Amino acid sequence: MHINSIVKKEGKIGCGECQSSCTVGNQSCVIRKPLI
Amino acid sequence: MVHTFKFSYSGKEHYFVWDAESGSLHNVDRVAFLIVNKIYDVRPLSKEEQGELCAVPKEEYDGIVSELKNLEAEGCLNTPCTTYAEKKRTGEIKAMCLNVCYDCNLRCKYCFADEGTYHTTSRAHMSAETGKAAIDWLISRSGKRHNLEVDFFGGEPLLCYDAVKQIVEYARSREKDSGKTFSFTMTTNCLLLDEEKAKWLDENMYNVVLSLDGRKDVHNRMRPTPNGKDVYDVIRKNALYMAKLRGKKSYYVRGTFTQANLDFAGDVKAMVEAGFDSVSVEPVVTDIPGIEIRDCDLPVIFEEYDKLARYYLDRYNAGKPFTFFHYFVDLETSPCMTKRLTGCGSGCEYVAVSPEGKIYPCHQFCEQEEYLMGDVWGGEGVQGVEDYFATNIVTRKKECENCFAKYYCSGGCAANNIKFGGGMDNVTPITCAMMRKRLENALFIAAYTLVSPPIENAVR
Repeated sequence: MHINSIVKKEGKIGCGECQSSCTVGNQSCVIRKPLI
Repeated sequence: MVHTFKFSYSGKEHYFVWDAESGSLHNVDRVAFLIVNKIYDVRPLSKEEQGELCAVPKEEYDGIVSELKNLEAEGCLNTPCTTYAEKKRTGEIKAMCLNVCYDCNLRCKYCFADEGTYHTTSRAHMSAETGKAAIDWLISRSGKRHNLEVDFFGGEPLLCYDAVKQIVEYARSREKDSGKTFSFTMTTNCLLLDEEKAKWLDENMYNVVLSLDGRKDVHNRMRPTPNGKDVYDVIRKNALYMAKLRGKKSYYVRGTFTQANLDFAGDVKAMVEAGFDSVSVEPVVTDIPGIEIRDCDLPVIFEEYDKLARYYLDRYNAGKPFTFFHYFVDLETSPCMTKRLTGCGSGCEYVAVSPEGKIYPCHQFCEQEEYLMGDVWGGEGVQGVEDYFATNIVTRKKECENCFAKYYCSGGCAANNIKFGGGMDNVTPITCAMMRKRLENALFIAAYTLVSPPIENAVR
């Protein structure tokens, strides 16, 4: 196997009820195969 | 855009392809890694790498290219950049930083707020009445937002402990009639954090941020008292008491690394081994000579971030995990694109209030009068400030256009961009370089922990 897509990729967005980040990347709103 | 990176752990090299636009993470072997770099022009291949690819049988090579094209067709690779309109300013505020005092009982050498004073001489403390007016203002400006956040900040907010208690009590009393729910947080240096205050904070705070810089000599060098006294031992004891009280509730022990401790993985390790299991150690943001992070420091910092990632996974594999703020990436329930485009929402969704009740776009703008947005009694501010911050969207920033981390940092901190880059859209290269490095490591950790179940009976 050459490629394992661990995670891939409108609707309910922008509701603003999430925590204010103050990196958005560390906030919150899977193919489980061993790593190659 | 397509980005590739690799990470070496436990004697094995792991290769990844990250599709920034869709947020898809692919784990690949070395051959596929080289092919992706070649056909998507991610980076030029060395002569040795070109030789490796020439040795790959045609059938195998074509098979990999075919798999990649299938991922493209699915919208998970080489996804085209979408154009986004500038955000519509709703005027709904959902988060507020209450700077309850311009006063502090420490004299941290890197403090952005000039030893907590925000470049004032008043050492002002917020009255409970001003705090209550701020709560009323937040409710009135929150529109349809249900969850509201208030962070007690300073200076040192425990210098205003009685006012803080009254403000929290008042906000709770307004929840029912306003239909809002408040979450409170506090950032404290822990010097005044006795058992009584710790218990009250534990009962009333959604999150507590405890300032500690790691090892004793590092902390004492940067965070002395006004008379130069070392207080690491007191602060560590108080912070540990608070952390133990929190149990599984949210807290962070939060340190800063500077030019003087580029070996900051040692500081994280010291805190974890002292008993803290939720840690954030972050680069200093300053231009003070001898403290600031320089270009020439980056190779050492990158090596340190790698060391920290391996330590993180060693603990995870031993059933003794800890949380490191910048290595937390939620790939299963991650934020929507709207949130990623607009970041912290300073000046639009998030504001700061001074001890006198003046409103600014965030805590870093306090007492910069050109950014005054008004006051909590309805007084007016400088015209156009809110409109200016409504334009803070990552896709406006030219330097972010081809960055694989743009939907994770959202174009950086507006205050830092203005202060060190000369404008809100001017990102700072050193900050960006560290952000990209952290994201690569965080994605590797996310991949590793998603496919490797945690050890049972883990402590947290």
